[in-house]
Amino acid sequence: MSLLSLRDVRVHFNTSGGVVRAVNGVSLDLAVGETLGLVGESGCGKSTLGKAIMKLVPVAGGEIVVEGVDIAPLNREQLTNMRRKVQMIFQDPYGSLNPRSTVGRSVAQPLVLAGWKAAAMAERVETLLRWVGLPSDAKQRYPHEFSGGQRQRIGIARALALSPKLIICDEPVSALDVSVRAQVINLLEDLKSEFGVSYLFISHDLSVVEHIADRVAVMYLGMLVEVGGRDQIWKSPQHPYTRALLAAAPIANPKLARARQRTVLQGELPSPLNPPAGCPFNSRCPIAEDRCRVDKPVLRPVGNGAQAACHFV
Amino acid sequence: MTALPLPLPLPLEVRDLRTTLFTRRGEMKAVDGLSLSVAAGETVALVGESGCGKSLSALSIMRLLPDPPARIIGGEVRLNGRDIVPLPERAMLGIRGKEIGMIFQDPISSLNPVTTVEKQIVEVLMTHTELGRGQARVRAHELLELVGMPDAARRLDAYPHQLSGGMCQRVVIAMAIACSPSVLIADEPTTALDVTVQAQVLALLKKLQAEAGMAMIFITHDLGVVAETADRVVVMYAGRKVEEAPVDDLFESPLHPYTVGLIGATPTPGAERAARLADIPGMVPPLNALPQGCAFAPRCTRVMDRCRTEKPALTVPAPGRLVACFAAERG
Repeated sequence: MSLLSLRDVRVHFNTSGGVVRAVNGVSLDLAVGETLGLVGESGCGKSTLGKAIMKLVPVAGGEIVVEGVDIAPLNREQLTNMRRKVQMIFQDPYGSLNPRSTVGRSVAQPLVLAGWKAAAMAERVETLLRWVGLPSDAKQRYPHEFSGGQRQRIGIARALALSPKLIICDEPVSALDVSVRAQVINLLEDLKSEFGVSYLFISHDLSVVEHIADRVAVMYLGMLVEVGGRDQIWKSPQHPYTRALLAAAPIANPKLARARQRTVLQGELPSPLNPPAGCPFNSRCPIAEDRCRVDKPVLRPVGNGAQAACHFV
Repeated sequence: MTALPLPLPLPLEVRDLRTTLFTRRGEMKAVDGLSLSVAAGETVALVGESGCGKSLSALSIMRLLPDPPARIIGGEVRLNGRDIVPLPERAMLGIRGKEIGMIFQDPISSLNPVTTVEKQIVEVLMTHTELGRGQARVRAHELLELVGMPDAARRLDAYPHQLSGGMCQRVVIAMAIACSPSVLIADEPTTALDVTVQAQVLALLKKLQAEAGMAMIFITHDLGVVAETADRVVVMYAGRKVEEAPVDDLFESPLHPYTVGLIGATPTPGAERAARLADIPGMVPPLNALPQGCAFAPRCTRVMDRCRTEKPALTVPAPGRLVACFAAERG
């Protein structure tokens, strides 16, 4: 059984300009102990999908199945149990902590909600801070006393408090400097091997995803265009958008960078208010034909356990 | 007998630049003796993490420092042979945008929100060239075409908020190169952009540079962007240059432990995958609490007693390379 199973998930936002289909029918499975990378450019809906799984945005349709239970129709109280299993860490370690709460209180918050006793809670907070590599005196201090990387560790400690099965990481290292980013990535990997936690790792940074993910899902204008194993995606990307994305990602190796074939994708993401008919990528696709402007391709198996949504693969 | 031609001065030569922040919490050496030079057609990347002084170096070179608290207290910035540090602000107004162009990280706040794209480009042209308004408008259109603005004629009348981040950056680039400057300083020009748009902008900058032979300083924290764009790399840490090398040498055999750490901390797809990223313990020290010796000593894996008391000077371990590290000197 998958830990997380999404079936045709939709999130729609009503704006003054019309309806934005931020997540437009996403189906995806995440296995126990797996790290699934979710990549795409800004506005593709990847963060909204993460929030939809946490039910932080209203879900317009589809199923979100966590360990066999569809949580999409559940109300607040019924969600409590699910929230122990799924936690989230955010991009901005400054904005995701209450500045007037001590670190100890912030980390203990999930435990309070779960009804833990004070003594057990204090011990648990100590353990959590130790796991994420913070000094134990951190619990009396306030978020502003910590650097960005340390605040991200605080967020991770809080997410770990109730021993979740899945942590949704929404751009967790994008705001961090290179050396600190590596520290946080290593910490996430250590926690995974120690506790068997799974990650949905949302990022625009392909090199980070390639490093951390077992499988990768590529999103464009609210839809998945390709899903596959890390090596498969990296070595033989099938969808033209995946190919373009990989070709555009800078490689920190001048010789490899010069050696590769580079076709720079033209144009920019179309407005999500007015997505192209047919394939969402057709307006920028180098191989688009008439059919692509009419027929919307669906995600289908393309071998090696991979799936792609393109008429020409 | 004809006289030997005098060698042309380099477009940009910075010598021992020192910029200090004068704050209530004391004086902080934000740029501490930086020297670098850029030849025509060359791209020098200035690399480091936040707070290492790379942006303040660029602002010092442009003489755009917020004063107070920041002030250049020493050194020279030679632009085509002339030191611009002592020049009055009046003279700088004629130099910025003409001899030296600059592109900032956030394209939207670099533009005037209440003026059309055309007016902003025309203003630059009319300030620095002899062009009349009509000619300047024609040139503005040409420039937008040159920077690959889609549907350029129509975008002339657009306001910045009507354009995407990538398009705004193209307008900023058009303004920066409008007067064919000999030096272009790009401070994290693609950091705010999506990866496919970043690739477009990087390709555009390289193309414009190759056509005009501009000297370019490219400031970035992203080693991937460095590998894609730079000819030479200057690595900064806590206000000082700790290593300088041609781009291939730097990635193949980094000498300073900080450079080694930065490269190890950057995942490189397609290369041999490390099971674990190298992480540099700790973080960049605040400028008002720099250690006495080498600023990197508290985080360094190769630290020796000497490093904690003495600041290492730059040495030349091989032609074209510089490093400031006692451990690297010993090999």
